[in-house]
Amino acid sequence: MRAPLSWLRQYADLPQDLTGRQLADALVRAGLEVETVERTGPELAGPVVVGRVLSAVDEPQRNGKTIKWCLVDVGPDHPPTVPVQTGQFGQTNGAPLGRGIVCGAPNVAPGQLVVVALPGAELAGGFKIAARKTYGHLSDGMICAADELGLGGDHSGILVLPPTDDAGRPLVPGQPAGPLLGTPDEVLDIAVTPDLGYCLSLRGLAREAAQAYGVAFHDPAARTTPAPRSDGWPVRLETAACPLFVALTVEGLDPTRTSPGWLTRRLQAVGLRPLGLAIDVTNYVMMEIGQPIHGYDGDRLTGAIVVRQARPGESLTTLDGQTRRLDPLDLVIADDTGAIGLAGVMGGQTTELGPDTVKVVIEAAYFDPVAVARTAKAHKLPSEASRRFERQVDPGAAYAAAHRVAELLVQLGGGRLSGRQTVAGGVPQPAPVTIAGDLPGRVLGHPTPPRRVESILTASGCAVTAAGDELTVRPPTWRPDLRDPYDLVEEVGRKIGFGEVRPALPRARAGRGRTPAQQARQRLNWALPAAGFVEVVSFPFVSAQSLDQLLIAADDDRRRLVGLANPLADTAPYLRTTLLPGLFAAVARNRSRGLDDLALYEQGAVFLGPAGPAPVPPVDRRPSADQLAAIDAALPRQPRHLACVVTGDWSGPGWSSPALAAGWTQAVGFAQLAARTVGLELARRADQRPPWHPGRCARLLAGESVVGWAGELHPTVVSAFGLPEGAAAAELDLDALIAALPGPGQLPGLSSFPVVKQDVALMVDAAVPQGEVVQALRQGGGDLLESLALFDVYSGPPVPPGQKSLAFALRFRAPDRTLTEDEAAQARDAAVQVAAERCGAVQRVA
Amino acid sequence: MPAPQPPPALDAAAVDRLVAQAEAAFQAAATTAELRGAKSDHAGDQAPLSLANRAMRQVPPELRAAVGARLGAARAAVERAWSERDQVLAAAELAQRLAAERVDVTLPVSLAPVGAPHPVTALMDQLGDVFVAMGWEIAEGPEVEAEWMNFDALNLGPHHPARATSDTLFVAPPKNHLVLRTHTSPVQIRSLLTRPLPVYVVCPGTTYRADEFDATHVPVFHQIEGLAVDRGITLGHLKGTLDHLAQTMFGPVVTRLRPSYFPFTEPSAEVDLECFVCHGDSVGQPDRPCRTCASEGWIEWGGCGVVNPRVLKACGVDPDEYSGFAFGMGVERTLMFRNAAADMRDMVEGDVRFSRALIGGAR
Repeated sequence: MRAPLSWLRQYADLPQDLTGRQLADALVRAGLEVETVERTGPELAGPVVVGRVLSAVDEPQRNGKTIKWCLVDVGPDHPPTVPVQTGQFGQTNGAPLGRGIVCGAPNVAPGQLVVVALPGAELAGGFKIAARKTYGHLSDGMICAADELGLGGDHSGILVLPPTDDAGRPLVPGQPAGPLLGTPDEVLDIAVTPDLGYCLSLRGLAREAAQAYGVAFHDPAARTTPAPRSDGWPVRLETAACPLFVALTVEGLDPTRTSPGWLTRRLQAVGLRPLGLAIDVTNYVMMEIGQPIHGYDGDRLTGAIVVRQARPGESLTTLDGQTRRLDPLDLVIADDTGAIGLAGVMGGQTTELGPDTVKVVIEAAYFDPVAVARTAKAHKLPSEASRRFERQVDPGAAYAAAHRVAELLVQLGGGRLSGRQTVAGGVPQPAPVTIAGDLPGRVLGHPTPPRRVESILTASGCAVTAAGDELTVRPPTWRPDLRDPYDLVEEVGRKIGFGEVRPALPRARAGRGRTPAQQARQRLNWALPAAGFVEVVSFPFVSAQSLDQLLIAADDDRRRLVGLANPLADTAPYLRTTLLPGLFAAVARNRSRGLDDLALYEQGAVFLGPAGPAPVPPVDRRPSADQLAAIDAALPRQPRHLACVVTGDWSGPGWSSPALAAGWTQAVGFAQLAARTVGLELARRADQRPPWHPGRCARLLAGESVVGWAGELHPTVVSAFGLPEGAAAAELDLDALIAALPGPGQLPGLSSFPVVKQDVALMVDAAVPQGEVVQALRQGGGDLLESLALFDVYSGPPVPPGQKSLAFALRFRAPDRTLTEDEAAQARDAAVQVAAERCGAVQRVA
Repeated sequence: MPAPQPPPALDAAAVDRLVAQAEAAFQAAATTAELRGAKSDHAGDQAPLSLANRAMRQVPPELRAAVGARLGAARAAVERAWSERDQVLAAAELAQRLAAERVDVTLPVSLAPVGAPHPVTALMDQLGDVFVAMGWEIAEGPEVEAEWMNFDALNLGPHHPARATSDTLFVAPPKNHLVLRTHTSPVQIRSLLTRPLPVYVVCPGTTYRADEFDATHVPVFHQIEGLAVDRGITLGHLKGTLDHLAQTMFGPVVTRLRPSYFPFTEPSAEVDLECFVCHGDSVGQPDRPCRTCASEGWIEWGGCGVVNPRVLKACGVDPDEYSGFAFGMGVERTLMFRNAAADMRDMVEGDVRFSRALIGGAR
């Protein structure tokens, strides 16, 4: 909402020296978001004069634009720089000599009075005008739009002047235009929150400004709505969505009258384009009072005006020329011919005000905000009117607004206001609110005696009566937002200023810190980067094809997709069931930027269907346990996963070591590090699971539960996602991993007796996993086997073909004595024995 | 009868000579290895001075004390001469070795590739720490959420514009009333439904809007919200908490509340942060503009307010007994002004240079 300071001053006795910036600060404190403060008013120097367009010839251009080559009379004192050849403008032979000017605006037309900047002039922003060649002509000046003159934001066409100045003197081509364009002003642009609909008017903003400065407010809508009467145009209200409809009739309008300069300037200042006197007047009053007004051509109305729901199958051609199928939920204005307008949204073509209108029926009504919002949205017709009805207009001002329109039409259009008027329905009154007098003070944490509460609310327009500790507050008709005690608390807080409230720290209940799971995730974000992994965050949206590319089978859990009804992109309409596609996309993006050696990880939710219907319980009380359980049962499972992908070189090539290619060992190492960071040791089993290489995939176990997979990616997947060869990945169910965490763990007593080291080399079938041999050795070695480590894997002579040799360093130690070599050798042999039984291991003797 | 004489090898001149010879040999040694040889020659078992010692037996008893003292002094002198020379040579050799062992400490080294947490995660953790330190707890909840939790319970009625498909991503089919949460506020609702009162929680997490994807908008982003519900909670407590958060994160600054409108709070406010770079000094000073606050002195940070009693009622909390405050900020937005991030898209494209830019995470 744009608000010129000069217009606000008309209703609020603001200090004379007040600047727009100061007022903006005061309004911001009161809760109005002032986005900009603009200086406006003509900014001109040099010859800027009134011109009359003599002719305007369309000249289509190769770039698809059509320019107009215009001949403009700028009076005898401003002869053209270059004489315009007679005949250059077909029909102008014998016409007074003018200037040739190229104009791009679609609305320029012969006969208009316009503002012409002549060569040598300087416009807003230091824009200098010179005669210049353009579109094959010498353009000898410029026809100006409002914004080029510093008059607000309208650049949709050139500024068309009224035929007379404010004093009624006819304009003459060549006279200086500056004095016709108003005086310097400041315009505040305010983003009005949805609860303060009344501030979508100069009246509402002036009231806030007056209250902020404690000065008098002069209400432009101070006219009491009379009791219902129906001697004017007949009106029937057939729906509760329209409780009030005022109809006044102005007759005998002179259709040749145009809007005066002061009116068009104000409209331009608030960002509206002048469109003719009758429409300009209704727009002006909407801006002034906030009540959208619709005008009907009284000679084109047939029978009574009826407000009702649309009928099934009914249609309407709106002012924009579109024929719309109506929905029975649409609120319409109708006459005997059927629907003639979408109530509060847009009028219809058949009763539109036209250049020959002499009789105007003025509608000022109150429409249900939800109905108007629904219709405006359904028909994609947001308008200045619907925006106001959606935020609730002041029903108490409808009658005054209708009168204001009538007055202006009489004064400016030469019409007569008919003494017969219709007031159908009445002004809905906001319900009174009872509030404890000390509630605002208690909620704000600021000493606010009930007396102060009373005086603030009274200044805001409420009628307040005190009874004991309680205040009964009847909000004014323009404040439908004041419904609850807390609404009144906010009103009081706004008017005191939140800045006055003293900050204080509440004393929280004693907290337990982060949960073990939260701590584990926090540690991961230290440990994984320290080990060389870079965290990325990706969008969780995927396509079903990406699962095909991952070779995921139809019966795999990861096919339990949850879809979106309105995805951001139709190419990715599902939520991810694995983090890998997002990581692969990040790899591709990095590689496209020349970054090939990557170790990326992501922590985030995956979404596993099915999702079911969730109930929507009422909100006036806590939902039942059953309702809450039904809500949770409707949600898809959303475990948090942790995944990585590695590509290119893990390290180097460096000055001290050769390059080490990233591969399955880093992916498994990532999973292992993650598990250890959480507090677990993982076991691994060879497994086959897409998207991993069937011979290079490890299932990861925490105790008995499967927590993820790691390994090299399947070559088909690698090529489908454009990954570098050998790319490897891991994905863990982080929630499952953390859930597998045992209790706090035990710290053993430490033996200080010496260690005995024994090495063994075991030959096993090449297919036997090392992990199984280790398990066997551990079991056979018993309690004396403190630790073991693999230090060599060898195949080739003398190891028989199809076999491999695994060499382990075993460390034995007893808790209570020095172990003899014999005891250690026995324990070693026992270990080897179990390995032989379980894995077919044969000890190699050196 | 002539006075008794020591054997010739033990007379004073002979001993002095041996000492002088030893000293000369030590001086002549150029390395500690040579010095070790010289020591063995002049102080070893077969050295003349050691052999001379064995001749003590031939010394007449009355002279033994004097000769013994002479020999002792001589051996001490040799030992001292050796030790002095050894220190000199050892020091020289150490110096030489150290000089020879110099490395270029500016060569690239690494235990592991350069890893990094994502700045958004790191900042979210840091914001959470401020509240954990005050005794608040961190609450989490699902990202696919029931409409009731995301909207209805928060006093966004069925016709609220935020529920339009132009703003909110709905799970198919829409009649299931499931959405991708548009804020972390449903976690506040869940906290009120499940935790014993009083409740002091912060809710960090991923949120979704059907928004543009450009330099300043991203449809998947992160928020941190806070909720305190207790007896006697006031707007002043909200201000105090936000000031504390601001000061912990940005140094000595304060916050400003501008009245605003949100359905779930009443009164509602936008919270502005006093510019932590210029502290307002750039306002109206075109010669020294501030990039962080665009020379406005304040930075829009988030939304906040006193919890609307309707929200408390929907969670079964008696608004006559309890009151609360809530606030919420965008983590990406905070990162933009705090760490001068230029483009929101960089935060979700996974370019490793973005995460690595803040070594060790957001500071």
